[in-house]
Amino acid sequence: MSDQAKKSGGTGKVIFFAILALILLSIFIVPTGGEGLSFHPMDQFQIKPVFGDGPIHWYTVTNATLWMGLTVLGVVLLLIVGSSGRAIVPSKGQSIAELTYGFVYKMLEDVGGKDSVKYFPYVMTLFCFIAFSNVLGLLPASFTPTTHIAVTGVLALLVFVFVTVLGFVKNGATFLELFWVKSAPLALRPVLAIIELISYFVRPVSHSIRLAGNMMAGHAVIKVFATFAAIKLIAPVSIAAIAAMYGLEILVAFIQAYVFTILTCVYLKDALHPAH
Amino acid sequence: MATETHGATESVAGMPQLELAHFPNQIFWLLVTLVVIYFVLSKIALPRISSVLAERSGTIMNDISAAEELKLKAKDAENAYNKALAEAKAEAQRISGETQAAIQADLNTALAKADAEIAAKAAESEAAIAEIRANAADSVKVVAKDTAKELIAAFGGKADAKTVTAAINARLKG
Amino acid sequence: MEGNIAELGKYIGVGLTAIGMGGAAIGVGNVAGNYLAGALRNPSAAASQTATLFIGMAFAEALGIFSFLVALLLMFAV
Repeated sequence: MSDQAKKSGGTGKVIFFAILALILLSIFIVPTGGEGLSFHPMDQFQIKPVFGDGPIHWYTVTNATLWMGLTVLGVVLLLIVGSSGRAIVPSKGQSIAELTYGFVYKMLEDVGGKDSVKYFPYVMTLFCFIAFSNVLGLLPASFTPTTHIAVTGVLALLVFVFVTVLGFVKNGATFLELFWVKSAPLALRPVLAIIELISYFVRPVSHSIRLAGNMMAGHAVIKVFATFAAIKLIAPVSIAAIAAMYGLEILVAFIQAYVFTILTCVYLKDALHPAH
Repeated sequence: MATETHGATESVAGMPQLELAHFPNQIFWLLVTLVVIYFVLSKIALPRISSVLAERSGTIMNDISAAEELKLKAKDAENAYNKALAEAKAEAQRISGETQAAIQADLNTALAKADAEIAAKAAESEAAIAEIRANAADSVKVVAKDTAKELIAAFGGKADAKTVTAAINARLKG
Repeated sequence: MEGNIAELGKYIGVGLTAIGMGGAAIGVGNVAGNYLAGALRNPSAAASQTATLFIGMAFAEALGIFSFLVALLLMFAV
């Protein structure tokens, strides 16, 4: 009985993946002309208005807006609808909500220290937004806001400005000790100070480009493989490669959200306790 | 810019990420999204989840402390039982000791009484024996006197009672 | 297309830049490998260091992402 159920589950999985592959194919290989292959790996990042075809003003509702809205919806569904039971013995949704909460809370507490806990809502906001937009971006025909440097740049700059201001407010001028490495020999300290200063200002750049680059690269690679699937001879290989990349991308979606959040925690710790 | 990307360079679409004209739009909507998520989280979701977690840990704590209390109670009960057992044992020992002592005392008095009786009997017997002995000595004297008188008479002499008695007395003493 | 030296140089440059990502791959592999080696020697300390592992991987990977970005810029934006 259970064996049969397992088997039917297995075939269900196979059918699910086959349908997924078909959807991926149908979406990615629409514009293959007769003559040769045409690669459009970056077209999926195009920003288009949802209603009409007019110019894009700052208030225009675009596909980016749509998917950011879906991200908000996902967060609400997981963390508010999921936890609405308030049960002592949690349901599935509530367990996931609590796991997410505990995961980010523990990360912040472990890395940033006890006094960084009061910035938890901010860190949780970043984590939820990035994780949800990364994962929702993996749906076929979707749009991923986090592939855009404008979005990740604002996220990273918010963290950078927040952390810098917080450092100066909490520690005053002693915050500058972050750049003055006391454990190094005196002669080396000015050199190290310059290096530390540069690395401090590179933080928002690497912070934002890491996220955007990872997400963009994954989507572009899947698209390139999808284009290769138009050639009948290597189509199976390329579809298998798409499936493999898809798995990797699911992993990367979570890891990048985790990395962005944990680096935020590290910067917070630097701001709160600047001494090395 | 937008027409350019869709125009001549069709095969190389360019990077939509660098379309500076689209930046304000994305930044605006991103900030809106972040503010919405922040308020949703900090006003509703996080307090609710943290209260649920606190409640759960409180319940678990309560259960653990209740279990601890019950354990303590069980230990107390065991201690009380052990104490009662020890008391009962001590009581039994005391009672048996007391009984033994009472029996011993009774025995002692009985023995003393018996000893006294025996001693009295022995003294009585001794007195009787002494009397008998004295009687016997007197009888011996009388018999010896009579025998001596008869012997003297048989030898034809005339026995002087006084002399015979004196001679016998001297003989018996010696 | 023919005779366009700038186009040629652009694509050669893109290819060369993409080599930089190999360095990032080596770096990330180094981080993960050394973490594993350390974790196998002292498994009890491994769990507490996963955060450090991911931070290290993120830093190593960031530089590869930079070269990827330069390649993309060369290919599409220049």
